Amino acid sequence: MQARQKDSLLVASVKDSLGAAVITFALACVMVGLRVDVASGRGAELFLEHRWLAVAVAVLIVFAGRLAMNIFFWKREDPPSLNLSGLMPKGGLGANSSNIIKYGLLGLAVVLPFVLMFWLGARGSRQYIDLAILVLTYVMLGWGLNIVVGLAGLLDLGYVAFYAVGAYSYALLAHYFGFSFWLCLPLAGILAAFWGIILGFPVLRLRGDYLAIVTLAFGEIIRVVLLNWYQFTGGPDGLSGIPRPSFFGLEFSRGEGGFASFFGLDYSSIHRIIFLYYLIFAMALFTNFVTMRLRRMPIGRAWEALREDEIACRALGINTTNTKLTAFALGAMFAGFAGSFFATRQGFISPESFTFLESAIILAIVVLGGLGSQIGVVIAAIVMIGGFEFFREFEEYRMLVFGMIMVVIMVWKPRGLISSRTPSVALSKNAKGISADLVQEGHG
Amino acid sequence: MSAQQPLLSIRGVQTFYGKIQALHGVDLDVYEGEIVTLIGANGAGKSTLMMTVCGTPQARNGSVTYCGEDITYKPTYEIMRTGIAQSPEGRRIFPRMTVLENLMMGGMVAGNEHFEEDLRRAFELFPRLKERQQQRGGTLSGGEQQMLAIARALMSRPRLLLLDEPSLGLAPIIVAQIFDAIRELNRTDGLTVFLVEQNAYHALKLAHRGYVMVNGTITMTGTGKELLSREEVKAAYLEGGAH
Repeated sequence: MQARQKDSLLVASVKDSLGAAVITFALACVMVGLRVDVASGRGAELFLEHRWLAVAVAVLIVFAGRLAMNIFFWKREDPPSLNLSGLMPKGGLGANSSNIIKYGLLGLAVVLPFVLMFWLGARGSRQYIDLAILVLTYVMLGWGLNIVVGLAGLLDLGYVAFYAVGAYSYALLAHYFGFSFWLCLPLAGILAAFWGIILGFPVLRLRGDYLAIVTLAFGEIIRVVLLNWYQFTGGPDGLSGIPRPSFFGLEFSRGEGGFASFFGLDYSSIHRIIFLYYLIFAMALFTNFVTMRLRRMPIGRAWEALREDEIACRALGINTTNTKLTAFALGAMFAGFAGSFFATRQGFISPESFTFLESAIILAIVVLGGLGSQIGVVIAAIVMIGGFEFFREFEEYRMLVFGMIMVVIMVWKPRGLISSRTPSVALSKNAKGISADLVQEGHG
Repeated sequence: MSAQQPLLSIRGVQTFYGKIQALHGVDLDVYEGEIVTLIGANGAGKSTLMMTVCGTPQARNGSVTYCGEDITYKPTYEIMRTGIAQSPEGRRIFPRMTVLENLMMGGMVAGNEHFEEDLRRAFELFPRLKERQQQRGGTLSGGEQQMLAIARALMSRPRLLLLDEPSLGLAPIIVAQIFDAIRELNRTDGLTVFLVEQNAYHALKLAHRGYVMVNGTITMTGTGKELLSREEVKAAYLEGGAH
């Protein structure tokens, strides 16, 4: 009895795996087996290269992998439960451990530049502080997008457009009018919010997929306009010589009147980097602060309700269009802030920096972190951006690893790293976060 | 306003979904302090009528008047701020939000001066909700979700409460509890209730007056008792006896 069962299991598994192998073969024949290349020796002639070995390897890998999965997991009577989820933060991350992570990260972020300086010296720490700035920029963008996608539930695939608006606002205002960074920062935010409203007004009656497509198109429109309006934006050449921010009027320059001489320090280019670090840190914290406050206010609760059920919202007398617009505009505003920071940090911007991939990365950070979770965004940004940079040496495999990490996270934590939602209001003191695991029914 | 003028008055309403006509000229009145029920089979247009009152979809012809004011073409969110509240079909509570948050959403447009008081009243009416106030809406049982939907609607202090099939998919004992609560609201708070139901027996027993809808038109009207004793009603909607 037992043996027969085992036999049929094996047969079924092999059958299934053979099927997969055949499909792989069909696909791999064209996609892997044939390769068009330019012959180097005979001028620029094209020729066809056959790589049947690669096809065979691909087919074998699929067959063996599928067979193993079939036998050990899918077709078994009692599939072993993958307890890897224990390695990840649990859905019902207790309020305590969540707080430890939160304050731990916050403390680390505060002292990070000095620790690095002390450890690696000014020269050695520069690249790491630069990386930290990049991560923080994405944390801020993630938090901004979290308002739109995580709280209000509006899928925005063109978020980078507002980032671009912010960056170009500052660059152009500085270029044509000589405005300073500190003046342009709020202006960039306002302009981005304004564009958010312009985009939002006609499209916010759309839902889900339709909204996503339109926002995607909007993101591309902004980029294409920036690319082609040569006289105004410099087109593909971009804008360079964007002024650096000053520290209460002190430039980070060598010599008299600079930051270093004012404080009696030796001039070092690291001062500006550290200043930029704390600047984006403060901006990100501001984003978080505003979001957390709004979440506890009626408008924030209305966003979340909107994400849950739009029809019910309307039945409760909520003006859904306005509610969506505020979420959209606010998210856009923070992207605008981040954009002007990006411009001042780089000193040079071009449409290259605002491709769809950027939108996708920001969205991935929000989704992997757990929609609506602030701390999740931080962790996801560190993993994604930090990991991405750290694996730079592996050039070719980087995207592979990147993709695999995303798949793994989504398989084990389908609602993101931190999937619990903290209630925005509590009457009793011992209110806990409610784990997503508790409510799977009824609501995808 | 005189007692003779209805609180809600529906006149000759025709509603379409694209080219398909769902309502063929419906007349219906709800007077202050009444419980009025609308019964009918699946797809008769009961929910459509209720949604037309709320403004999604809007009536193509005819008029909806509330408190003497024409609300036919007002946007939904404005209608829902004039003292009408609705517990929609399928309850539509916010599943990831807690019971308390759901209730706060209900009271959002009314402002929060009366929040504590209204909350106490809601918990008095449905003690189960008090026990579960920190629980997510999605984890509640069907009956509790329905209670929550009604309580949420009440948080805006409505004059007219619209209930769309509150008994849907609930055990008889829970249905009885919910209908008791509706009766209690009507008696003590003087709340006017417009109830759309399939559960004709319970609905007609509860209501002062009833309407029967067939294929988008009203075919019968009368007091609850009258309708209950009519042969046509018995045959069509009370088959299988009282349940």
